[in-house]
Amino acid sequence: MTASQLVRSRNGGVVSLDKLPQLDYTQFSESLLAEVATDARVASYFGRPVENGLEIYAILVRDWEGEVELLRTCVNGSFPSLTPQCPQLHLFERELAEQYGVRPEDHPWLKPVRFHAPWIDATDIWGRPKGVHPVPGDMEFYRVEGEEVHEVAVGPVHAGVIEPGHFRFQCHGEEVMHLEISLGYQHRNIEQMLIGGPHPTSIYQLETVAGDTTIGHVTAYCQLIESLAGTVAPLRAQAIRAIALELERLANHVGDIGALAGDVGFLPTASFCGRLRGDYLNLMAELCGSRFGRGLVRPGNVQFDLDASLVEALIKRLAILETETRGAIELCFDSPSVLARFEGTGTIATDDAEALGLVGVAARACGLVRDARLHHAFGSCGNNIDTPIIEIDGDVFARGNIRRREIYASHKLIHRSLKRLAAGEIDSPLGALAPDSLVVSLCEGWRGEVVHAAITNATGQIDRYKIVDPSFHNWSGLALSLRGQQISDFPLCNKSFNLSYCGFDL
Amino acid sequence: MIGRIALQLTVLLLFAPLPLGVINKTKALFAGRIGPPLLQPYYDLARLWRKGFVFSRTTTWVFLTGPVVGLVVPLLAVQLLPFGGLQAPISFTGDLILFVYLFGLSRFFTAIAALDTGSSFEGMGAAREVTFSCLAEPTLLFSLLVLARSADSLSLGALLGPQLANQWLTEIGASLGLIVVCLFVVLLVENSRIPFDDPNTHLELTMIHEVMVLDHSGPALGMILYGAALKLMVMSALLVRIVLPLQTGSLFLDLLVFLLGLMGLAVLIGMVESTMARLSLPRVPQVLVGTMLLSVFALVLVLR
Repeated sequence: MTASQLVRSRNGGVVSLDKLPQLDYTQFSESLLAEVATDARVASYFGRPVENGLEIYAILVRDWEGEVELLRTCVNGSFPSLTPQCPQLHLFERELAEQYGVRPEDHPWLKPVRFHAPWIDATDIWGRPKGVHPVPGDMEFYRVEGEEVHEVAVGPVHAGVIEPGHFRFQCHGEEVMHLEISLGYQHRNIEQMLIGGPHPTSIYQLETVAGDTTIGHVTAYCQLIESLAGTVAPLRAQAIRAIALELERLANHVGDIGALAGDVGFLPTASFCGRLRGDYLNLMAELCGSRFGRGLVRPGNVQFDLDASLVEALIKRLAILETETRGAIELCFDSPSVLARFEGTGTIATDDAEALGLVGVAARACGLVRDARLHHAFGSCGNNIDTPIIEIDGDVFARGNIRRREIYASHKLIHRSLKRLAAGEIDSPLGALAPDSLVVSLCEGWRGEVVHAAITNATGQIDRYKIVDPSFHNWSGLALSLRGQQISDFPLCNKSFNLSYCGFDL
Repeated sequence: MIGRIALQLTVLLLFAPLPLGVINKTKALFAGRIGPPLLQPYYDLARLWRKGFVFSRTTTWVFLTGPVVGLVVPLLAVQLLPFGGLQAPISFTGDLILFVYLFGLSRFFTAIAALDTGSSFEGMGAAREVTFSCLAEPTLLFSLLVLARSADSLSLGALLGPQLANQWLTEIGASLGLIVVCLFVVLLVENSRIPFDDPNTHLELTMIHEVMVLDHSGPALGMILYGAALKLMVMSALLVRIVLPLQTGSLFLDLLVFLLGLMGLAVLIGMVESTMARLSLPRVPQVLVGTMLLSVFALVLVLR
């Protein structure tokens, strides 16, 4: 009964809104739950205010079919929460409640997400005063009461130079019973700023959704705009994007392994990897002049071409870097004292990971095969990868080892892409954007899948733009992994996820 | 006697920050870095001394006792200890008990100063520090008892006397070997070095010693760092004396041997820190119980 009610599409597929039926909420929720029960997962879930209420769009993905499934409904004021049956929706529903003042009834954990006033003229369901920006972190935290239970609050200002976030631990001695994470300190309202676009500023805003995933987010955005404009970027441009994406992955993964080593006090790898990360960033700068890949990827093209001498130089330098990186990483993964710290720390069960809808490195470390490069290939980006890298233990070691193996795989990928770089143009002209359409674009950033979705209005301008950074799903995974762990292992667990604060806060 | 006290203090105050510089340089070499200058700990102390104090409004005078006692205790303790071939300026029967518990006193004040801030981190750090120290204490005492038994004396000056050189060659040597290992572990624990604590970490949740002194700033922090350097040197002196019991008779040569031994120990600490990751916190007590058993075994060997 559900099959007829959802619309199937693919990564980058444009669906005209009149082809997408508006189901009533019961039908919508039944279809959604039925799909999730048969191995689909929620990639994105967002609202769009319309005249008679709030439209909710659910974007589900079926990885092995490479399909994207779309559902639409309309609600008014309140609706029964689906979170009790489908926990991966919990943050999406809280987000809807905060953005549009609607109430998901019986949501088990209804708290603000990013601490901003409602986007539309609606009453705040937490009764926060109008016209004042809410104070981030101002909410009821979960508390454990009892003898010898104590609360430890960390942040938003941390001892290191990192992004702001508040962590509230309920501890029994050194053991963590519960961790609650409260973010929203970096909320910049990016999604709202994109409405009416694409504006000349949009691309710069997207480059900074999460500064370390510049290529990931901009690639997702450009794929989306190109799809709406009915264009495909030339093969050479796509190949250069794929190379940049892997360079970004290399720099971040190498930096993460160094940071993991640093957290357990294993200094040689921490120092070597810190330097190597800089070298990978410099390669990116060689490509486009920016260490973080800013200004490289643009709708319809890439702004910098690779000439033969640069390709040669990149291949040579990558070969040297690969040997050095292997040396630094193996040193750490060969040390029993390091492995003793990594193994069995911060474990997440596969079932929990699946229920929470984890993505990317964190999901693959729990044995879930989720890699948008493999399942949702867009253009030539995915042609190179056929074996996803997975680990099954779900602990810090698994997450570190995924990174280690992906570093080696990325080296191979880049080498192959550079050798087989397609000839030809790097620019293709863009047409006007398709009006009244919904488009979804996925891109496997280094942290996990980046999902962008856009709805255009009758004149082909963006009416709603939704960004889901992998961190949005995975912060809950971090909170869960701390249950029953030593509080002193928190920094290690945190580093093994290395999630983005601003990618969550938007 | 005054002259000996003055000499002992001068050597201690002058050279105490140097081993820290050597440790950092060794770690830098292992990591392929140039590292901070050898004399960086001296520069740091000078810099902190020029700064002003910042006090949290919740603290009282107790907050300042931590740094003060932490600085004074090693200066007192060193009077009971021979520096290499230099004799201990003050010596009496049972002074080894005073030596051990002087450091207990300083720990008490550091912990109570940490609790005075009312911060949950500092409370956590104080709990960890006190737990680990009380597990390290039996090891230290048993090791000293081994020395006391083999020297038939209860004063540090005598049990670290020139007879040590001969004892290494007798059957007592085995016990001495065991307690050197034990004392090295105690040295690492008490001076918050890897694998027990990480002196460089900025992660407040994993720290042990560092988190207790988070709220101290300026000269107070300088006193804590200087106090820690003095403590490292005093405890190293004990170990260096057992390992290098050479006595030439010449004041200058004895001092040189002692200082070289001290730097050698610093290099060794740097090597341990470069090649090992930190132990997870629940492992630390297990290691300490292990070293305690080793020291008991060493004692059994000499009692036999």
